[in-house]
Amino acid sequence: MFASENILEITYLIATALFVLSLKWLSSPVTARRGVWAGEVGMLLAIAGTLLHKGIVDYRWIAIGLVLGTIIGVPLGRVAMTAVPQRTALSHAFGALCVTLVGTAEFYMRAPNVPQFMMGVLSLEVILGALTFTGSLMAAGKLQEILPQRPITYKGQNLVNLGLLAIAVGIGVTLVLHPDKTFLFPFMIGIPLAFGVMMIIPIGGADMPTVISLLNSYAGLSAAAMGFVLGSKLLIVAGALDGASGFILSVNMSKAMNRSFTNVLFGAFGQEQVAAAGTTEARPVRSASPEEAAGILAAASKVVIVPGYGMAVAQAQHKVRELYDALTKRGVDVKFGIHPVAGRMPGHMNVLLAEADIPYDKLLEMDDINGEFPQTDVALVIGANDVTNPAAREDQSSPIYGMPILDVDKARTVMVIKRSMAAGFAGIDNPLYYLDKTLMLFGDAKNVVGSIVRELTGGHS
Amino acid sequence: MQLDLVTSLYVFLLAAFIGFEVIRRVSPLLHTPLMSLTNALDAIAVVGAIILAGEGKTNFAKILGTIAIIAATSNIVGGFMITDRMLKMFKASGPRKP
Repeated sequence: MFASENILEITYLIATALFVLSLKWLSSPVTARRGVWAGEVGMLLAIAGTLLHKGIVDYRWIAIGLVLGTIIGVPLGRVAMTAVPQRTALSHAFGALCVTLVGTAEFYMRAPNVPQFMMGVLSLEVILGALTFTGSLMAAGKLQEILPQRPITYKGQNLVNLGLLAIAVGIGVTLVLHPDKTFLFPFMIGIPLAFGVMMIIPIGGADMPTVISLLNSYAGLSAAAMGFVLGSKLLIVAGALDGASGFILSVNMSKAMNRSFTNVLFGAFGQEQVAAAGTTEARPVRSASPEEAAGILAAASKVVIVPGYGMAVAQAQHKVRELYDALTKRGVDVKFGIHPVAGRMPGHMNVLLAEADIPYDKLLEMDDINGEFPQTDVALVIGANDVTNPAAREDQSSPIYGMPILDVDKARTVMVIKRSMAAGFAGIDNPLYYLDKTLMLFGDAKNVVGSIVRELTGGHS
Repeated sequence: MQLDLVTSLYVFLLAAFIGFEVIRRVSPLLHTPLMSLTNALDAIAVVGAIILAGEGKTNFAKILGTIAIIAATSNIVGGFMITDRMLKMFKASGPRKP
């Protein structure tokens, strides 16, 4: 018996080390796949060790759970790359569900004799777990466009939400002091479940990268709390790593969106979306045909492509790869400038471009590419808007003033592929479009890029 | 096995620091695989669910434990699969295959 307990502890210890290594190896695309492998080995070891745990008397339910989980998991591992954000949100929901259910079972097995420390972390575990569960389901629904993407707001929304959260925490505190009041426990689950829904209702599509990151962090913290309850160091470590990762990404995303972090923490995103002042007078823009664009691109020596989510919506990434190939073949230096929020979740745009076989060393993050725009002949903006808006740099009255942007306006020529002159997510006019050096290419991103490629390859090659 | 509050907090604190230092170094290029990978690792919560369902102290615990195993296992399987699929796509430039 003593030996089996030791084996369990040793497998957990090795798993912990492998988890940390797994994330360390993820720092570079060269070693990243080794990181996945380390994570898998750690996971298998921990599960195998647990199955040897002396207390386990019945393996039937475990087997059913593992088999059903695998059956659900495999299709979730095979979704299209554009669907990765909603898949991720869904997996946050599953993780939170697991944590909440285990917490609930632990409570009813121990009640009414729950030590205060344990009741405290148990409350934290189920409150965070429950709100992450419904919140993530809502986020997945919005991303999958089952639910309306528009933010739904009403007066006193923050008050209602914070009130709900306060009640849930109040119940948690009461249970810590009086763990025999078991009738309160269902409320401590139900209210955060409702809060999770309410928290996501006011959030619009543009804020999804921040929301997913934040839910990621909550999911990790709830798992760490579960580790406290179960006395599992492995779980505490895994939860802390996940929580830290989500936290870092949330901070990144909120910086990239020019939101203060407290604003994000209290779930008040989406509310700063001030309706744009209506300067809708028609200012002149210069439009160009794909033929003209192809001519200018062919004559360039350095081109930076700035993709936005519009490119992914139009499924244009494979055409963009053809454009990349055609230009590279002509000796044009082509790079991609990726804004941190150029997708539906952190890093999403890189995945979409990598899927289209664009080499990752051509994908540059904002801070690295911005210095190169002054030496760039053509900046080609495809389906991006607000992240290229110079008003964020210059116009103090602009709602997005202060947001970090890609300085495409510093390139010699700017080309913008856009469906129409309609404003972007934030509903803000973009002065970039009215510059003398800007050419507008109106149309569907896929068609326009396709026509440019035809010109480039058909004409001269 | 029970840990006391102080030991647990030490573990949490150190792991959080390691997490910050390690994850800060992850290139933004890989932030999506990072999230799916941490999500899969987080599903180690399955060990708690396994013990719950396996010990079967009450029927309630057995049922909740089994559902929890399903949820966590789907994250492990799906999370590792999609992370690997994504990472496979990241290729450096160089001689391109047709």
